[in-house]
Amino acid sequence: MSFVEVKNVAVSYGDVRILERVSIAVDKGAFVTIVGASGCGKSTFLRLLLGQEQPRKGRIFIDGQAIAPEPTPERGIVFQRYSVFPHMTVAENLILAAEFEKSMCTGRLYFGARKKAFAAIEETLQKIGLGHARDLYPSQLSGGMQQRLAIAQALMKKPKVLLMDEPFGALDPGIRADMHDLLLNIWRETGMTIFMVTHDITEAFKLGTRLIVFDKIRHDPHEPSAYGATITYDIALKNGKHAGLLTPVLSGAPETMNGVLAHV
Amino acid sequence: MLELLASTQITKAIEMRLINQKPGYGERIVLGALPFIAILIAYQIGSSIRLAENPSDKLLPSFSSMGAAFWQMAFTPEQRSGNYLLWLDTGASLYRLGVGMSISALMALSIGVLIGFIPRARATFAPFISAISLIPPITVLPILFIIFGLDEASKIMLIIVGTAPVMIRSLSQSVTEIPSEQIIKAETLGASTWQMIVRVVLPQTLPKLITAVRLGLVPAWIFLISAEAIASTSGLGYRIFLVRRYLAMDVILPYVIWITLIAFTLDRLLHLYSKRQFGWAHLGSGAL
Repeated sequence: MSFVEVKNVAVSYGDVRILERVSIAVDKGAFVTIVGASGCGKSTFLRLLLGQEQPRKGRIFIDGQAIAPEPTPERGIVFQRYSVFPHMTVAENLILAAEFEKSMCTGRLYFGARKKAFAAIEETLQKIGLGHARDLYPSQLSGGMQQRLAIAQALMKKPKVLLMDEPFGALDPGIRADMHDLLLNIWRETGMTIFMVTHDITEAFKLGTRLIVFDKIRHDPHEPSAYGATITYDIALKNGKHAGLLTPVLSGAPETMNGVLAHV
Repeated sequence: MLELLASTQITKAIEMRLINQKPGYGERIVLGALPFIAILIAYQIGSSIRLAENPSDKLLPSFSSMGAAFWQMAFTPEQRSGNYLLWLDTGASLYRLGVGMSISALMALSIGVLIGFIPRARATFAPFISAISLIPPITVLPILFIIFGLDEASKIMLIIVGTAPVMIRSLSQSVTEIPSEQIIKAETLGASTWQMIVRVVLPQTLPKLITAVRLGLVPAWIFLISAEAIASTSGLGYRIFLVRRYLAMDVILPYVIWITLIAFTLDRLLHLYSKRQFGWAHLGSGAL
């Protein structure tokens, strides 16, 4: 049985169909990269997995259980921006999960317990290279440092699935490569299942063990919003290399795939 | 040669567009002081012309007579009651302003966070607060006088009625402006609604509360002075409306400057407090 199962999911906002007939089964430990044109519903798909949005139709299972209809610690999230807390220092951002868990009333640890929490994140701080920046506020960090913090923070609850919405989209190319290494290391260490939406198809091929493409395959010229997007390509990749298994999921897709590849 | 260079630089400076000619530090201070100096000179001229015609003119008293009147209000006990009127008035007004604004701030914080953060609370209270905030506060003053009497309560209530609805709206607005990414992140870290309020929402709203209080102080002064003018036995507003009967401009003008000075000081103190207490909120640019 697959670890993450999406069964025939559809999403629409009013009359506008965003996604339709989306089904996918993902094994534990997979690194799924998601690409597609702007507005084709890749972020919507991620929000469905997160529980931030509910599908109009279909169901989603993680580890055999239907997912909760709201965000929970079971699924971690890294956004492109705003995913760390601006009023907390780097170290405070990292102990927050522990504070939520141990202090119901104030959501805050004091004295010895707080010291212990800080000690517990020391290794993480060093690993993400923010040991020297522990007392800085996020707005004092560079974009890459902020995202490293965001990733580390998302992992504090050891989620079953890590969801990432264009996490490196705002970073410089050089920094992006460093982030890739960091992310791959974490992924190999934890064996976590990752879903990552990206605009950068090279990144998608480099990082993923599986690449899925969202696109619209049905068009009604008189009513562009009549049909939603679905998964048009589902490509198995191995160790960041093309495994040679190019599977058009649905007929009529090659043109759109070429369109996607043309962005490289 | 050097002179030539210097002169070309000057012509270049002159050729620059007006919007690109920026005053230096010293020039800024001089320019900023100019309007103040101008109005003082204009007043002095007007005052001396009138006083030359009629030495007992009351409309534009001289600076020395204003100084003497202010000195008397501040440091000479009133014959009948033995009170130092300026300090009595200042204390009474600041007490009303302080209590009123504290209650407004507490309401703004609690109701504002509820409306901004909890959809059911928003559905319940947002339309009501919007409607309330449209009532011109002065129109409820008679109602307040009838219900709370002519004592302190009605004046404090007027300040609350006049400032709380707007402050609640601005606070709930700033809560909704917290990026949803942060709230979702907190949820994935296992936070309950209450924990998100105390750790994510409140800390980010408090600097905005200070801003709301600073902006709310402007109408608060208006309502305070109005309420004191209509029914009171002490207070800065009471005094200036009382001595108006004797055309005592030598008291009114210093009092107005005194009130302005207090308002300015309060505003600066709040700003400083926010900077010290919520340093993170002032790290980026654009904070008021």
